[in-house]
Amino acid sequence: MQQILGIDVLTFLVIAPALAALIVLLMPGSKVIVRWTALGLATVIGAICVAVFFNYDRTQEGYQMVVNVPWFSLLGSHWHVGIDGVSAAMVLLTGILTPLAVLISWEIDERVNMHLALILFFETGLIGVFVALDLMIFFLFYELSLVPMYFIINQWGGPNRKYASTKFFIYSMGGSLGMLLATQLIGWSMSAVPGDLVQSAQAAMPALANFTVGSPSFDIQTITALWPHFAGSGGTFLGVGMETVKALAFLGFFVAFCIKVPVWPFHTWLPDAHSEAPTAGSMLLAGVMLKLGAYGFLRLVIPFFPDVWIADINILGVIQTNWAGIFAFLAMLGIVLGAFAAFGQNDIKRLVAYSSVNHMGFVAMGLAVAALAYAQNWSNATTEHMQSAIIATNGAVMQMFNHGLSSAAMFLLAGAIYHKTHTRDMTQYGGLWVKAPIYGSIFIFTSMASLGLPGLNGFVSEFLVVRGSWPVFTGLMVISMIGLLFTGGYILKGIRAVLHGPFNMHWKDYNLEIELREVVAIAPLMALMLITGVVPNWILPVINDSVMRILGG
Amino acid sequence: MNLNDFVSDPNLLPWLVPVGPLLAFFVIALLTNRSRLVPAASHDYSDHNHPAYKGLMVPAVTVPSRIVTITVGLSGVIAAWLISLSVVSNALSIEKLGKTVLGNSVDWMATGATSFTMGVLVDPLTTIMLIMVPLACLMIFIYSIGYMAHDARQSRFFALISLFAGAMLTLVVADNLLLLFVGWEIMGLCSYLLIGFWYEKESAYKAAIKAFTTTRVADVIMLLGIAYLYASTGTLSFREILYNEEVLHALAETPAIIFGGISAAGLIGIFLIIGTIGKSAQFPLHVWLPDAMEGPTPVSAMIHAAAMVSAGIYAIIRMYPLFEAGGHPHEGDLTSPLMLMAVVGSFTALFAATIAVAQNDVKKVLAYSTISQLGFMMAALGIGAYIAAAFHLITHAFFKALLFMASGAVIHGMEHGDHHVHEHAHHDHDDDHVEDAHADHGHDDHHDDDHHGEDAHHAPHFDPQDMMNMGGLRKTMPVTFITFLIGGLSLAGFPLITAGFWSKDEILADAWVGVSHGYGPHMLVFFLLAIAAFLTAFYTMRQLGLTFWGEPRTEQAKHANLGQGIVSATMTLPLIILAFFAIFAGFVGVPPSFPIFGPIFAPEVNPFFEFVKYTLLPEMQPPKPPFNWIPVLTSFGVALGGLYVGYLVYWRKPLTAGQEDPLVKFLGGVYPVLKNKYYMDELYNRVFVRPSQVFSDVVVSQFIDRRIIDGLLHLIARIFTWTGDFLKLLNTWLIDGVGDGIPEYVAQFGAWFRRVQTGRIQQYLLLVAVAALLILLVFAVSSGLLVQAAG
Repeated sequence: MQQILGIDVLTFLVIAPALAALIVLLMPGSKVIVRWTALGLATVIGAICVAVFFNYDRTQEGYQMVVNVPWFSLLGSHWHVGIDGVSAAMVLLTGILTPLAVLISWEIDERVNMHLALILFFETGLIGVFVALDLMIFFLFYELSLVPMYFIINQWGGPNRKYASTKFFIYSMGGSLGMLLATQLIGWSMSAVPGDLVQSAQAAMPALANFTVGSPSFDIQTITALWPHFAGSGGTFLGVGMETVKALAFLGFFVAFCIKVPVWPFHTWLPDAHSEAPTAGSMLLAGVMLKLGAYGFLRLVIPFFPDVWIADINILGVIQTNWAGIFAFLAMLGIVLGAFAAFGQNDIKRLVAYSSVNHMGFVAMGLAVAALAYAQNWSNATTEHMQSAIIATNGAVMQMFNHGLSSAAMFLLAGAIYHKTHTRDMTQYGGLWVKAPIYGSIFIFTSMASLGLPGLNGFVSEFLVVRGSWPVFTGLMVISMIGLLFTGGYILKGIRAVLHGPFNMHWKDYNLEIELREVVAIAPLMALMLITGVVPNWILPVINDSVMRILGG
Repeated sequence: MNLNDFVSDPNLLPWLVPVGPLLAFFVIALLTNRSRLVPAASHDYSDHNHPAYKGLMVPAVTVPSRIVTITVGLSGVIAAWLISLSVVSNALSIEKLGKTVLGNSVDWMATGATSFTMGVLVDPLTTIMLIMVPLACLMIFIYSIGYMAHDARQSRFFALISLFAGAMLTLVVADNLLLLFVGWEIMGLCSYLLIGFWYEKESAYKAAIKAFTTTRVADVIMLLGIAYLYASTGTLSFREILYNEEVLHALAETPAIIFGGISAAGLIGIFLIIGTIGKSAQFPLHVWLPDAMEGPTPVSAMIHAAAMVSAGIYAIIRMYPLFEAGGHPHEGDLTSPLMLMAVVGSFTALFAATIAVAQNDVKKVLAYSTISQLGFMMAALGIGAYIAAAFHLITHAFFKALLFMASGAVIHGMEHGDHHVHEHAHHDHDDDHVEDAHADHGHDDHHDDDHHGEDAHHAPHFDPQDMMNMGGLRKTMPVTFITFLIGGLSLAGFPLITAGFWSKDEILADAWVGVSHGYGPHMLVFFLLAIAAFLTAFYTMRQLGLTFWGEPRTEQAKHANLGQGIVSATMTLPLIILAFFAIFAGFVGVPPSFPIFGPIFAPEVNPFFEFVKYTLLPEMQPPKPPFNWIPVLTSFGVALGGLYVGYLVYWRKPLTAGQEDPLVKFLGGVYPVLKNKYYMDELYNRVFVRPSQVFSDVVVSQFIDRRIIDGLLHLIARIFTWTGDFLKLLNTWLIDGVGDGIPEYVAQFGAWFRRVQTGRIQQYLLLVAVAALLILLVFAVSSGLLVQAAG
């Protein structure tokens, strides 16, 4: 499983969706043919993603299916791609969700070619980020994914789409600016890393042999190994102390990824973007795009800035904390306030959108534990929290995967009912279970997965995060439970508003039952939710082994 | 491993216990759930629980689908019952089961270098549950065949109770707290869906949400307890924690991570007990359970007897060594979790009993009696009466399942009577039959109907659950009467011949040992439970008197009966079987030193006590309470006294139609307080429900998100716009004024560029896509990838 059509597999996976998008965009023929073609192409790509996941060997150290060739040698940037267990899981998620999103977009009737092409092109951006091992490549795809999603919302969205898409774009671009700066700072300051540091690192790690002292590098592995050490002995870059450089770079990444995850209070673009986007857009946005931020934390921010994460911060002379503590605090706010906000909605898509803030809060919480333990281990060579951190990080990555499944499914269902009733106002529904028994049962199943019912996927990851965070952020975890309680609140509110109560006779002559096409699209997600809930070990060891290597436990 | 191994290896067999019902759930949900569309107003759909929407076609289960569904559901539970029997016989063949156990586990979840294992465990506690649970479930399934025979969504009902049974069995055979929690929560889901089964009724879906939310309050705290326990010990396996002195000792010695002053074991214990307070409906989280009566009656039996509430008590019996760690309840030294249980349990027992006295709804009386009886068990555990609690759990499950199903039969009979009355009324008026004949075999488990405007109804609506409408039912429903009487007497603890007596007596006997040493908590438990037992006997007699004795107080009661045929048969058979257990289940736990009965039923040792105690480590096994006349006479006194007072009030001079309940006058101002359940619902609504709704809507989503965060963003955007406008102004005045020549070029360029700008978004997109692809291609080529690939 190294090459496809003579191109190595990961590069192929990055290019293929874009080529597929081009084919779909330019192909003549009726809408039906275009739709089937797009679905076929997305399915083939999805199948390759699945194959990549199952060909990944978790027992083996380091990245796999690696390609590393010079790309922009002036910058020292390489076309360096490869996967570990975390990226394998994310590639799998992307590969699964894209064809389902394509299938759901069949309901779009205007400019079909363009719409489907944008979805496929979006996949290129996503996979590109997950396989990138070079900071420039990472940034490039991270930005690339923004463009198609902007157009999807802006062109095929709901009534308030212009505001939503602009907000989404500006918000994300605002984050990206800092990230671009941070990327440049890191990459160029690599050229100032002193030679003795490099030599000692090269002795310990043969993979660094390619790096020459005094040249810039954007290689993520190289930066991870060298850059954090480049500080204490008065290191400077462009005459600025490395402490300042690090703080700036950290903030750049931190804010960019917080917006993407989204971590409270950087989340207000999300309810608008999610609720205005067409169904397929919401599915991919919530299902995969939010994970870019969390993935960025795990792949870049945690390993690059161990000293920054645990540097003491004094707030108003009262609270003694550090960035890991602040991050955990924001995660807690996301869990609690996200749940409350969702509970306060009457628009079904906004409710589901806010549920993402709530669920991604658990991801952020797990990452905060990881950041703390990694940093302690890095600076003191020991931490009492390593086992907890591994469990919490396993939970965070699992939650990324699980939230991808359940939020996509929830948006699919919200879209399905919206498409038939043309309203998102839940107070207009009521008692629909009578007319849509299959839809109702699927809705309850998916809602329960989202609620974190034991036996389904969400519980496994939430439990791992709670377990992992408990000894580290005990007080925050206790408060977070209010959020978990209100997760129940908003889920039951949704079920109540859509399905329960007397049937609203306004819909008497509407066909509300879920369509076969929609059932086909949601069935794989439901199956995965159940399987992951019952046998989490089909995927967890892959994540677990890589998490252990990342955290060095 | 193939299936053969699972059957032949006694260690693997427990895996199969929950499989039958779980499989039945999937089969029914996916395959046999066939419906056809019928007009909502027709007999096939509409009854008191399904509104007759005019002109709407709705799905109703087809007859073949009904038959297949019943077959599948019943097969599942019978399989579970047979496998359980086989597991039980394997377990009983082991000498001193508990020192060695049956079980098996597999790696389930990777956690760093180690793995979390899931498995099954059969020790004495599991064994007694495996005797009770599948049997009670089977009875409930049989009963449901008749009870739900005409419901339009009967398949869904069987699917859900199958899942319910499967979850309960999973919980029982679990070898670790996480799997127990899985079963626990799935049961929570099933009870939510079943309480809200007739989801069109406002009362039903509100009750469902209330049940789920109230128990979830407790569950999230329990989840913390589980996480904490797992973090402290690195495992959640029952045997590794609870049958391991070192671990227990360490937990008892370590101070808690927060709330210093108690041990880790203490804090974990409190978290877990709060979970049970929710699940087993103890004060102050009891409010959901009476409302749960909205579900079909078999569900009430399932929730109140066989499964859900028992699960709560089972969980704390299971985790008991953790609560006891660091204390010696038999020497008056209670740890904080034990103290919590003693206080909450005994208070709840009395509190709920007082409410039950003033209820007129036949099922609500039973609901509050359940809360009260669970309080007995909780209190017993608090003072270390481990075995007595387990014993009462089992006997209570039998007689309470019996009582619920008997009350369901009463309701069914009353509806039958109601139907009869209306048939006659219609005969006289020659009214439109279609509208009203829907009462045919339908049930109405609730009074305040919530129908959509359009369906016609006879008003005022008759309440078949109100005991004031009953009276004299013994004449038309003799089997129901006798079985109800047996269940009632067992609940009241009628001395010597009922199961309830033996288990309750054992709790009091255990408490008395502490009282005789002067321990405070034991005194509290003893006296509160004694008063509660007195009230229990009284309200039981009141219920029996109001329902069955005297003369019928309404026409409906006069004609109440179960009819003939399959409905009657499937509903009566379980009553008779359970009545048998409501009497004889008590004789397995007779203390040997009890006069006359001891030598007959327990010549050497108390068999139940002797069997169950090996669940615990030898040093934790509770001492046998010595025989003492005081608790025994107390048991006699409170049971017979309560029954006698009830007899005097409600049997000697039965209520006649229209007569007021003597209790109203007797209790005076207290009566409305009890009748309204101490106004707890109103309180919670004001203090928790409304404020949280306002908080989430007004504060979080409108104020914080829209006003503050978005407000800030919009402000930033505006500042940028202003800056831009300002620059533009500057541009016009300054630069345009200076360089007049430049704009001309710009204009020319613009004219050229306008051709590209066709204003059609597709072309923009096309350009963007092409450009992006070009970039991609360039960098593929420049990186030499293609070259490399070719090479």
